[in-house]
Amino acid sequence: MSVLVYTESEQGKFKKAAFEVASYGKAVADAMGVSVTAVAVNANDTSELGKYGVDKILNVKSGDLEKFNAKAYAGVIEQAAKQEGASVVIISSSADSKYLAPILAVGLEAGYASNVVEAPSSTSPFTVKRTAFTNKAFNMTTIDTDVKIVGVSKNAFGLVESNGNAASEDFSPSIPASGVVVDSVDKATDKVTIADAEIVVSGGRGLKGPENWGMIEELADVLGAATACSKPVSDLGWRPHSEHVGQTGKPVASNLYIAVGISGAIQHLAGINSSKVKVVINTDPEAPFFKAADYGVVGDAFEVVPTLIEKLKAFKAQNA
Amino acid sequence: MKILVCISHVPDTTSKINFAENDTKFDTNGVQFVINPNDEFGLTRAMWFKEKQGANVTVVNVGGAETEPTLRKALAIGADAAIRVNTEAKDGMQVAKELAKVVQDGGYDLVIAGRESIDYNGGMVPGMLAAITGANFVTNCISLEIDGSNATAMREIDGGKETVSTSLPLVIGGQKGLVEESDLRIPNMRGIMMARQKPLNVVEPTNVAADTSAVKFEKPAPKGAVTLVDADNIDELINLLHNEAKAI
Ligand SMILES: Cc1cc2nc3c(=O)[nH]c(=O)nc-3n(C[C@H](O)[C@H](O)[C@H](O)COP(=O)(O)OP(=O)(O)OC[C@H]3O[C@@H](n4cnc5c(N)ncnc54)[C@H](O)[C@@H]3O)c2cc1C
Ligand SMILES: Nc1ncnc2c1ncn2[C@@H]1O[C@H](COP(=O)(O)O)[C@@H](O)[C@H]1O
Repeated sequence: MSVLVYTESEQGKFKKAAFEVASYGKAVADAMGVSVTAVAVNANDTSELGKYGVDKILNVKSGDLEKFNAKAYAGVIEQAAKQEGASVVIISSSADSKYLAPILAVGLEAGYASNVVEAPSSTSPFTVKRTAFTNKAFNMTTIDTDVKIVGVSKNAFGLVESNGNAASEDFSPSIPASGVVVDSVDKATDKVTIADAEIVVSGGRGLKGPENWGMIEELADVLGAATACSKPVSDLGWRPHSEHVGQTGKPVASNLYIAVGISGAIQHLAGINSSKVKVVINTDPEAPFFKAADYGVVGDAFEVVPTLIEKLKAFKAQNA
Repeated sequence: MKILVCISHVPDTTSKINFAENDTKFDTNGVQFVINPNDEFGLTRAMWFKEKQGANVTVVNVGGAETEPTLRKALAIGADAAIRVNTEAKDGMQVAKELAKVVQDGGYDLVIAGRESIDYNGGMVPGMLAAITGANFVTNCISLEIDGSNATAMREIDGGKETVSTSLPLVIGGQKGLVEESDLRIPNMRGIMMARQKPLNVVEPTNVAADTSAVKFEKPAPKGAVTLVDADNIDELINLLHNEAKAI
């Protein structure tokens, strides 16, 4: 018996989410008195996983898995879970993991809880806390099947180091044929994505027009942040749809979220609420965002943001 | 082509969320229900296939009688028929298994569902349905073209998008982009009149068991007051973010 964690990598390097699911897996394994096995696909160096509590690594190397494919990856994890007799499988909340999880759930006849924010409060019955109603509430859920799948929300559990020493072995599962073929990928590799970003800088209709986004991008650059926007901004075509965050857009669970010229409508807040620290910059002290934020500046974005950029540059130079 | 559009019946996005019966049930008092936004994009795309390429469009919901106005709305938008599977499912797998029966009985070529529903937002049903029925599956789908039994789709990925080719039978998890926001259909008077004549078939569930159960709900802890920083004192903001919040 073991807890299986799927540790995602990109271009051979583990994502932060890999260490987060490993940390979570370790907590579950300790509570159940079992060990942690990781399954890694085309990762260059797996040694780091031990630091987060992994005991054993199933190392999969295959040219057929170069591009992510939900069915193929689900098949690999399913075979790993069966080989290890895993009773709990932990995955992240990345778009890829959310894509493969339902397929894996059917394959393993496992109950699946997504968007889980804490370690299980009990392992028998297996009870986890997940978000519900797009972050407007939480829901204690029991997973009642023999095999369980937990999707851990980004940044919810964090990284927990423990001194482990993971033994790696080769794992060569059969890779199921998939009827979905990726023809081309269009991805900006030099930009931080909203999904991976520690900091997100977001602009709203208060910025008046697309021509004013230079300062938002500059602020994001200084902070190493991703850029995002409110729904009307993407509907108006000022920014691409992929930047729309909120209840009907992308969720944001970054460490820091800076909202510039965004009023803080309920739908917007629902999507960004899981961010740890929220800052609002808005001319209107009555804007609802001030009730949801940790820090606020009542002021004109066109004055505050350039000043903030300048001061942050100085701060970065000093702290470099 | 036979298209099935899965419709999730969800609280309007402006709803305040409250719980009843000792926090074990969602309190629907005073809550307006709507078609899940992601499903609206899917339904409008289905109408496009119907008008441009010829397709028969059925909408389906797994739920109690209270979801019928939502299905009628989908009929008023232009779907040809509706099916309601008469059960209050407890989780995504249960919904998917009920839908799989509908798909198998109806022989649908294309199933359009939403990427996720905005109530429990599990993001589970379409993928499970595809896996159970053995159909191909594309989620976060932002464009879809069908040519005979071949399909080309675009999907959003972290940091960009990718183009995929696949074939029918196919299940997609759709979202904004499948059609533009401005192209979303709203029922007109004629559509509403016509919807009354269209079939809404209630079928009994297969009564599969759920894998998970929601035992209790909780609201987030109330938020502390915001710390305001003077616009002339941005140094203080940086200081707070660095030393207090440890966020930069
Ligand atoms: C079904 C549905 C789903 C929705 N889903 C989402 C969603 O997922 N995400 C989302 O964001 N919205 C969503 N919305 C829209 C939402 O209700 C709001 O309309 C939207 O969030 C408002 O965007 P905004 O804050 O950019 O614009 P506004 O509400 O117009 O706010 C602009 C703000 O900028 C401030 N401002 C003006 N000038 C300046 C200046 N010079 N400097 C600083 N501040 C300034 C103003 O005081 C104001 O507070 C949804 C709506 C519906 C009906
Ligand atoms: N009860 C239901 N009846 C019909 N379709 C549903 C139901 N629940 C979910 N769906 C479909 O599955 C999608 C994703 O829902 P979910 O997995 O709940 O996030 C929704 O957008 C719908 O298309």
